[in-house]
Amino acid sequence: MANKESLGKTLGVVVGVCLVCSIVVSVAAVGLRPTQQANALLDKQKNILAVSGLEIGSQKMADVFAKNIEPRLVDLATGEYVDVKDVEDVSNINEYDPLAAAKEPSMSTKLPAEKAIAGFSTRENIGLVYLVNSDAGELERVIVPVRGAGLWNMMYAFVAVQPDGNTVDGITYYQQGETPGLGGEVENPMWKALWPGKKLYDEQGNPAIKIVKGGAAEGDVHGVDGLSGATLTGAGIQHTFDFWLSTDGYGSYLKKLGKGELNNG
Amino acid sequence: MASDAKKVLVGPIISNNPIALQILGVCSALAVTSKLETAVVMTLAVTFVTAFSNLFISIIRNHIPGSVRIIVQMAIIASLVIVVDQVLKAVAFELSKQLSVYVGLIITNCIVMGRAEAFAMKSPPGASFMDGIGNGLGYGFILVAVGGIREFFGSGALFGIEIMPLISAGGWYQSNGLLLLPPSAFFIIGLLIWAIRTFKPEQVEAKD
Repeated sequence: MANKESLGKTLGVVVGVCLVCSIVVSVAAVGLRPTQQANALLDKQKNILAVSGLEIGSQKMADVFAKNIEPRLVDLATGEYVDVKDVEDVSNINEYDPLAAAKEPSMSTKLPAEKAIAGFSTRENIGLVYLVNSDAGELERVIVPVRGAGLWNMMYAFVAVQPDGNTVDGITYYQQGETPGLGGEVENPMWKALWPGKKLYDEQGNPAIKIVKGGAAEGDVHGVDGLSGATLTGAGIQHTFDFWLSTDGYGSYLKKLGKGELNNG
Repeated sequence: MASDAKKVLVGPIISNNPIALQILGVCSALAVTSKLETAVVMTLAVTFVTAFSNLFISIIRNHIPGSVRIIVQMAIIASLVIVVDQVLKAVAFELSKQLSVYVGLIITNCIVMGRAEAFAMKSPPGASFMDGIGNGLGYGFILVAVGGIREFFGSGALFGIEIMPLISAGGWYQSNGLLLLPPSAFFIIGLLIWAIRTFKPEQVEAKD
């Protein structure tokens, strides 16, 4: 038997093992991707429906989604809705991915350092919101996606806002990698239940949501209790809201929505 | 031979339990045991990884150079963990979200590495595979025991099915919130180790 400690043998074994392992991993990743994407889509629809306030009952999630939820593109700079056909590079609204757009130089805006508070330095030009319509076709809520860096990873959430553009109806963090049991409690229903009724803006129209360490005062319409043991996650949520409520985020859109100035076609 | 295989397979469940006797893999045992469902899935994932990493490492054990053996073991273990993670994301998306980082962290679970180094490097593939399954089950035995206690007394349910209606939901049972937090698993694992060592006094370590 050849000496297994020789250099050639060592290299051979390492290369061989790496090759086999990489093939196995690639096959698993590529082969399972369609199912994973279908799961992710379903999960996203579920999260949107969770803050939509719609009764699903025995209906199929995808059906409710198709009937009552209307995705719309928003030009973040002006706050106006834009039509799919007026946006370059987007052919189908269901395929539009704001996160991918944020990385595309032609579809995003670079943020100056003092504005890049939420953990990303480029922001998509066109945002994607979801309008919740009642069965009668009336606008009930607007679901705005927000994201921002937490302690470990980007945290992604949907915020449901009333048509006044100011009152929160619900929030759900649907993707985050915070410490389970501490920052991960952003998914805790008890914490999420603190949000409905909170006002996003103060009387001067400035972003006003505050994550209050130690607990918000009773009756504070802007303050939300921080999470124990998760100061940095709380700071991340704070920055997320500071950014997305400003005119760099959905600020212009929410203002126009509240004043009824949008061409809600 | 038959009794050897049985010993390798069943031994780790009580008499040579990786968590209770070897005190390995305690980290994830704290994290994923707040519910039975995650505990069971985690058990299956770890069992799969230990069994197959043991098998593959044992098959090529005579070719692994001593100087890079840990790296070779890690490459195999890491690949298996990625496969498990990918499969979970495809077939059990909700669960994989709950298990979050802990599936990925199986890579660093000392049981997997420990069995590869201590057993698979010296034993034939069949026995190594059995050893992997046995240790996975031993790990799972503690996980399921702890998960069952924590979910039952912490949320009044088992596998998410309500058994004792909670006061917060209009029932009579005041749940024990401590059990939903990771430190409670320390107490339960400690009590389990005590129980096992009372039952099997030979596990008690000699006094220094």
